[in-house]
Amino acid sequence: MGLLDQRFENGNVFITSLENLLNWARLSSLYQMQFGLACCAIEMMAASASDFDIMRFGIIPRATPRQADVMFVAGTVTLKMASRIKRLYDQMAEPRYIISMGSCANCGGPYWEHGYHVLKGVDRVIPVDVFVPGCPPRPEALLEGIIKLQEKVRKESVVKKSA
Amino acid sequence: MTADEIYNSLKAQFGDAIVEAKLDALQPWIVVDPNRTKEIALFLRDEPATQFDSMMCLSGVDYNGGKLGIVYHLFSMVHKHKIVLKAHCTKENPHIQSVSSVWGTANWHEREVFDMYGVVIDEHPDLRRILLPYDWEGHPLRKDYKVPEFYNGMKVPY
Repeated sequence: MGLLDQRFENGNVFITSLENLLNWARLSSLYQMQFGLACCAIEMMAASASDFDIMRFGIIPRATPRQADVMFVAGTVTLKMASRIKRLYDQMAEPRYIISMGSCANCGGPYWEHGYHVLKGVDRVIPVDVFVPGCPPRPEALLEGIIKLQEKVRKESVVKKSA
Repeated sequence: MTADEIYNSLKAQFGDAIVEAKLDALQPWIVVDPNRTKEIALFLRDEPATQFDSMMCLSGVDYNGGKLGIVYHLFSMVHKHKIVLKAHCTKENPHIQSVSSVWGTANWHEREVFDMYGVVIDEHPDLRRILLPYDWEGHPLRKDYKVPEFYNGMKVPY
């Protein structure tokens, strides 16, 4: 059942619940905080380019956390960068979402054993909504992750934050 | 110039400061006194016969057994010849003289060697860590380095 399930034919009146309206507005304009850290950033850029056209999901790249709704952590998170990620996450206005993109951000990736400088999963410092696997993931995989996040936001409740 | 000629001119100029050499290697190398690298580098750069005007690479090495070192790969744009210099020191006394006044590109490379191996570069203009955070403890590319359990409250091992 979609957003506009009841429609009055005359007078341009639509009836829906406030919760549905808010969720629809949020999931249709997820502004993206750019956070390209390594080779995954190249795939993130490819997803933004015309072939994959991330903007059709309402995602617009922003270079500041204050205008962003979702952060794509794309790449290897070093311990030095982890504290910066935490600070930028804290600066984002709620509701805020995180997509962890690629094996490095998910679990440390190839640095899992000998990477003394790599954080083994960005979920150790910030809560992650969607993990996108791959090394690096193809742009289609990132789009899939975005759709998963949109599904999550669609089911959100005003009284109870789920995502 | 061949490696032998370079070695002979260095030996004639510096004598005891030239410790060891292997001139029949694929990349011939000469080990020099770690406290005199600057004047040797300056000589190699300014002498018309050698003119090593380009430092291609500067690497740190942990040879195990308490021995550290820096390897300098030099190239001359004028004469198209190469040589490898090495300087060794111990973990108890990790001091090697800076060559950043001779080749500017050595500045950051020497900072990286200090960062990763803890070799103190004497006379370096700005000896700080370059890659790791300033509050990091230890020098991670040393063979006896142990990965810390926590860094700033973040768990490090998998």
